[in-house]
Amino acid sequence: MIAWLLALLQTLLFIGAAPLLSGWLKIAKCRLQNRSAPSLLQPYRDLAKLFGKSLVLAEHASWLFRSTPYIVFGATALAAAVIPLVAVRLPTAAIADVIVLVGFFALARFFLALAGMDIGTAFGGMGASREMTVSSLAEPALLMAVFTLAMTASSTNLSTAMQYTLDSGLVLRPSFLFATLGLMMVAVAETGRVPIDNPVTHLELTMIHEAMILEYSGRHLALIEWAGQLKLMIYAVLIANIFMPWGIATDFAPAALLIGVLAITFKLLVLGAVLVLVETLLAKMRLFKAPEYLHLAFLLSLLGMLSHVILEAG
Amino acid sequence: MALENLSLYEQAILLLAAMVLFTSFALLAQTRILNLIRVFAWQGTLLAVTTGMVAVVSGQHHLYISALLTFVLKALLIPWMLHRLVLRLDIQRDVDSVVQPAVVLLGGAALVVFCYWVALPIVHLSALITRNTIAVSMAVVLLGMLMIISRRKAVSQVVGFMSMENGLFFAAMVSTYGMPMAVELGIAFDVLVAAILFGVFFFQIRASIDSLDIDRLNRLHEVEE
Repeated sequence: MIAWLLALLQTLLFIGAAPLLSGWLKIAKCRLQNRSAPSLLQPYRDLAKLFGKSLVLAEHASWLFRSTPYIVFGATALAAAVIPLVAVRLPTAAIADVIVLVGFFALARFFLALAGMDIGTAFGGMGASREMTVSSLAEPALLMAVFTLAMTASSTNLSTAMQYTLDSGLVLRPSFLFATLGLMMVAVAETGRVPIDNPVTHLELTMIHEAMILEYSGRHLALIEWAGQLKLMIYAVLIANIFMPWGIATDFAPAALLIGVLAITFKLLVLGAVLVLVETLLAKMRLFKAPEYLHLAFLLSLLGMLSHVILEAG
Repeated sequence: MALENLSLYEQAILLLAAMVLFTSFALLAQTRILNLIRVFAWQGTLLAVTTGMVAVVSGQHHLYISALLTFVLKALLIPWMLHRLVLRLDIQRDVDSVVQPAVVLLGGAALVVFCYWVALPIVHLSALITRNTIAVSMAVVLLGMLMIISRRKAVSQVVGFMSMENGLFFAAMVSTYGMPMAVELGIAFDVLVAAILFGVFFFQIRASIDSLDIDRLNRLHEVEE
């Protein structure tokens, strides 16, 4: 019973803290570029503002367009529920494994792309086509990185895999090094950050994700933005907890949980700083360069798997 | 032997071996000449560190000398000579485009799988802790060869050749803890001489066909295209 309650609390914390991570990214980026930063709570204010605004719907919008924000947010929130954030061995982690997690993302993306095309504007279709191009190349790399983990831990369940990494202590695994790098590159591509996409511009030639959701307004837009922030947080937590799970709570004692919260906060702060540093150093790539980038991500994940087979077994 | 039962040093050897393999892939994908030389220097550095690590773990003292020799030659001297050559030939802005980079990279991955399959019987026979890296070292050799095949500029082919030599040295080190000192010194100086000769060849090739693109050598000189 208490485990289920904790799982619910963790999911709520996950969903509630996602805008906080985006706020931290904005602050770090502004500081690094010598600009004055918005408050850490600014993403919450933006969401509140969007929720308060009335909807503007296109005349020809179908049910698909209206229901997509809820489907996207629901699928992303479900994905967040199965990822161990503060503690492992929570009952929700047993619901779905990593492959289903990738499936949740695919579901959300599928409906976003459909909604982008539903209105019939040029931008929606263009954005949907670009998003699908990027994700069709990113998904194999993501799955390959995930399989590397699954082969090491002999389980595709996230909680079990983290427990395995925790129990085996400090082991220098070549496969994890490559899988981490591959997963990081995929995360950057999938969450639409520099160098694949720039989340802050509405420049028509370059936008990918923004082009799809250009027609959304009001609470629909708020839900989609929130889901986007949640997705970023999911990837960050995946990278932090799969490959460096130290600090995560293994029992439900208050002290362990507190340490778990502090550990994941620290890890997310560091990961965010790294992401911001990379974003500041790199320029956005041309769209036609994106496949090369994703090939590299796929190659890294593949090398992770190969080095697991060649170097770590037998 | 499972990875968890090895000591941290031994795990570090495997990690470094994997990084050497990754630099081979980076060489395969890199198109800018100067970056190519930089990655090659990194491969030499990683190889030297791996050799030093193997020396620590195995207690073979002559490997320290090999490590030092590798570092001086392959991480400093040869990259510096290539760098100077590129500057003197004034080709530092050249881009040696790879035809279908994705196919070449996947071919590289297939080569790694092939090497694993070939090295499997040796791995079962050997008792060295570095035995798992034999496949990796063979892959570095074959990836160097693939690089020579897939490139058109003479400089990148030379880098591919040198990286093949890196792979051979790596293979000797991990399968038998290095060759006898005399052989190793001989090879090291051979490579150095080769690097100098390649430099001379670059100038010769450019003087005769006015380019370092060796595709031009396929055409008859008299025929205008």
